[in-house]
Amino acid sequence: MATVFEKELTDLKEKVLKLGSLVEKAISDSIKSLVERNSALAAETIDRDPIVNALDVEIDEECIRLIALRQPRAGDLRLITTAMKITTDLERIGDLAVDTAERALELNEEPQLKPYIDIPRMAEIAQGMVRDALDAFVKRDSALARDVLTRDDMVDNLNWQVFNELLFFMIQDPRTVSRAVKITYVSKYLERIADHATNIAEMVVYLVEGKIIRHMAVSEEKKI
Amino acid sequence: MVKELKAEAKNLNFYYGDVHALKNISLTVARREVTALIGPSGCGKTTFLRCFNRMHDLYPNNKYEGEIILYPDNINVISPEIDPIEIRMQISMVFQKPNPFPKSIYENVAYGLRVRGISKRTVLDEKVEKSLKGAALWNEVKDRLHKPAFDLSGGQQQRLCIARALATDPRILLFDEPTSALDPTATSKIEELIIELKHEVTIIIVTHNMQQAARVSDYTAFMYLGEIIEFDRTDRIFTAPSNKLTEEYITGRFG
Repeated sequence: MATVFEKELTDLKEKVLKLGSLVEKAISDSIKSLVERNSALAAETIDRDPIVNALDVEIDEECIRLIALRQPRAGDLRLITTAMKITTDLERIGDLAVDTAERALELNEEPQLKPYIDIPRMAEIAQGMVRDALDAFVKRDSALARDVLTRDDMVDNLNWQVFNELLFFMIQDPRTVSRAVKITYVSKYLERIADHATNIAEMVVYLVEGKIIRHMAVSEEKKI
Repeated sequence: MVKELKAEAKNLNFYYGDVHALKNISLTVARREVTALIGPSGCGKTTFLRCFNRMHDLYPNNKYEGEIILYPDNINVISPEIDPIEIRMQISMVFQKPNPFPKSIYENVAYGLRVRGISKRTVLDEKVEKSLKGAALWNEVKDRLHKPAFDLSGGQQQRLCIARALATDPRILLFDEPTSALDPTATSKIEELIIELKHEVTIIIVTHNMQQAARVSDYTAFMYLGEIIEFDRTDRIFTAPSNKLTEEYITGRFG
């Protein structure tokens, strides 16, 4: 039979997952509102952000309570500290989705500059990274977490590609600058989302293996 | 992992008659650091601790095998050629319940020295004062050194027992659950004292209180069924132990 503490840890994991699913939906809805020029959906995404913020605070409080009252050790301690850090990253991803929705609202007011091709691809990869990082968290699967880490470069490269393409538009026709800059922002937001997913995946490696691999190149990390 | 060794158990086996209580134990004890032995009741941690100063010699049918080497002299503590009385002065023990002798505070501390044949007043006075200071008790008792030790509170009595152990300049101090009979305030005083004492002496502590091991020790050995399951730096044991059994014990899943 599970102890009270074990049940509290399960509840904590479920809350982190709930936050994760809210944030994943925020990413896909914000990109959808841009690509499909759906301003109502953008507004909805922005309106849902307070739910993410409230859950972020709730998880933090729960972690602090568990540390104070249960004096967690070893795997339990790593789970709680990981949950706290993951939550911070998830909340930041939520904010970036809101930023994306705000740019969508602005861009939807003007004629579309170009068809969105790379941006949805970036969003798909970044969202997949968040989903898999959380999946790895729940299953304590450090192999999956390490796989997430390898995908960050793809998003970085796409971001660079989008920037160069938009630069070309801007040089050719200065009237595109305002729109192009906003799309560049969106691309940057997605690149940041992938970075936060990377942080989450790194924390999962710590959770499972007890090793801190942040700020280490993948090649360097293989040595330990 | 351990920088400088003070003692080392090598393939130590111990038997209470037919009962094989310690199974092939090897453990390094770092000089001037605190090593904690933890594990569920009956795991052998107190049995192991008692080997270090030959407490098991007091009962017949007990048998040691293997070695406990004391450095830098390289003597095997459990060898029959070694005098257990002298070993107990060099490797002193503080017990679960404070156990002062029915004597004055002064005579409790001077006891080991008198056993060694020291009777010169000035030497005794100096040693008693130094030991009581070392045990953070001097200021509380300096005006009543010749009053009965039993007049002291439980926490003070335990510090008196520490002073008594310190008086013979031990190389290792053994603590067997030193705070289990004390209240939280007296407990934290003893814990502070242990951390202070490690600058002078090597310490091994057995404790049921995992948080106490976490607070006071540098190294932790987790024991189960007479074996050492895992030995590592305490911070490692409490954040990321490598053995599944250690993990389960540390997180309270069993034991």
